Amino acid sequence: MKSDIELINSEGKRLDGRGPEDLRKIKIEAGVLHRADGSCYLEWGGNKVLVAVYGPREALPRHTQNPLRAIVQARYNMAAFSVEDRKRPGPDRRSVEISKVISEALEKVILVEQFPRATVNVNIEVLDAEAGTRCAGLTAAGVALVDAGIPLRDIPVACAAGKIGGKVVLDLGKEEDNFGDADLPIAIAPRTGEVLLLQMDGHFTFDEFNHAFDLAVKGCHTVSELQKEAIITKYQTVAEEVQE
Amino acid sequence: MTVVPSIKRDYITKLASEGKRIDGRSFNQYRPIEIKTKVVNKAEGSARVKIGKTQVLVGIKMSLGEPFADSPNMGVLSTAAELIPLASPDFEAGPPREDAIELARVVDRGVRESEVVDVEKLVITPGEKVWIVFIDIHILDYDGNLFDAASLGALAALSTTVVPAKRFEAELPEGYPKEDYPLPMAEPPISCTTVKINDYVLFDPCFDEEIIADARLTVATDNHGDIRAMQKGLSGSFTQEEIQKVIKGALDNGQEIRKQLNHSTGK
Repeated sequence: MKSDIELINSEGKRLDGRGPEDLRKIKIEAGVLHRADGSCYLEWGGNKVLVAVYGPREALPRHTQNPLRAIVQARYNMAAFSVEDRKRPGPDRRSVEISKVISEALEKVILVEQFPRATVNVNIEVLDAEAGTRCAGLTAAGVALVDAGIPLRDIPVACAAGKIGGKVVLDLGKEEDNFGDADLPIAIAPRTGEVLLLQMDGHFTFDEFNHAFDLAVKGCHTVSELQKEAIITKYQTVAEEVQE
Repeated sequence: MTVVPSIKRDYITKLASEGKRIDGRSFNQYRPIEIKTKVVNKAEGSARVKIGKTQVLVGIKMSLGEPFADSPNMGVLSTAAELIPLASPDFEAGPPREDAIELARVVDRGVRESEVVDVEKLVITPGEKVWIVFIDIHILDYDGNLFDAASLGALAALSTTVVPAKRFEAELPEGYPKEDYPLPMAEPPISCTTVKINDYVLFDPCFDEEIIADARLTVATDNHGDIRAMQKGLSGSFTQEEIQKVIKGALDNGQEIRKQLNHSTGK
């Protein structure tokens, strides 16, 4: 879809005032829910995402169990009020697909072989949506998994890059997502750089793709630091409370 | 009953016989309540309510549609509750089950019967076009007393709702306001829930109290001190004396909660 809006001006300034390589504002908080084994609240621009992790626990019904390892069941769900026109509650094709790719991404970093016949449930609730919810959801899931004390190879993290007005930029906003030329959300394991999730739609040349991919990886590393900060902050708070 | 709740039951009833509760409250006392409005940008109105560790998020969406055939001069209110698996290890994904439906219906009745939303003012063309108000209740963390948290959340979210007339400008007839305006609201009744365990009646049950309760009673009172709705649940019974006690307690607690609600919505 094309529009008359100039998404990026000649000086490289975007609609919300960001430069091409700037992320939106991100806020991460670990351990926000009482009943969950691990949880995380994350704000990423206008996105608000809440994640709860339960498990490892027995996988039910029984036929879903794997005798050699745990299964990972992520459930991405959008609140009815999180979008412009009310979304009918419950899973649709889009959220089923996103749930699947996120489950598979997380499975790669969780030490699933330690928990035969078990499941790890990752519930991702999108409360307010503004482009890039799957990246926000996966990033929050990474923090929630750590908070739940689930053994991980690495803390997974996601970020998107894209193309607007012919220019490659980091982290698409709402209008940029709607009217931009391409979108490339990726998730990586930051220590090794392994790619856990990759999707792309739109139009990139080979060079543009490489540029966008590098940019997204760089974004992932920036967000990764914020994840670690959020986890450390939680334990510092706990430690201070214990000392008092 | 499985073994853990039955041990907890012994503990809770033993404490109750000494006039105490597991979290140190008195029988009539609520946990701290926190109401925060306008928490979701995309929603027309929203509120997050915490009662102790129970956390509920309510969002309001509005759209245009047809009225029901039997009420052409009324807008439509639609309430849905989701006990999403995020909130408790026991909640499952999928279509709403019995308990979610009961919760939605109790909140719906609270909003509808008390006439806090003037549905007649939601009519655009009688019999043809009215505003539809969707109240979606998301349970985020379940530590008991969802009824009060959900209805308080719904009221707080409705009180801050702005009718999105500008967004639907093209579909509105001439002469109808095209600028956004606040949803017309009346003074809301406040609902207070109790559970009965043996002969003890406890207000605002937490999760451990709720799962072993014999009976449950919810009473909604308005700012004149009148009763606007009641609902009993579970298989236990109440005596008349106990019901009167619950109503008195609901009036006292209702006053306090109403003050907090009005404060949080800026009224």
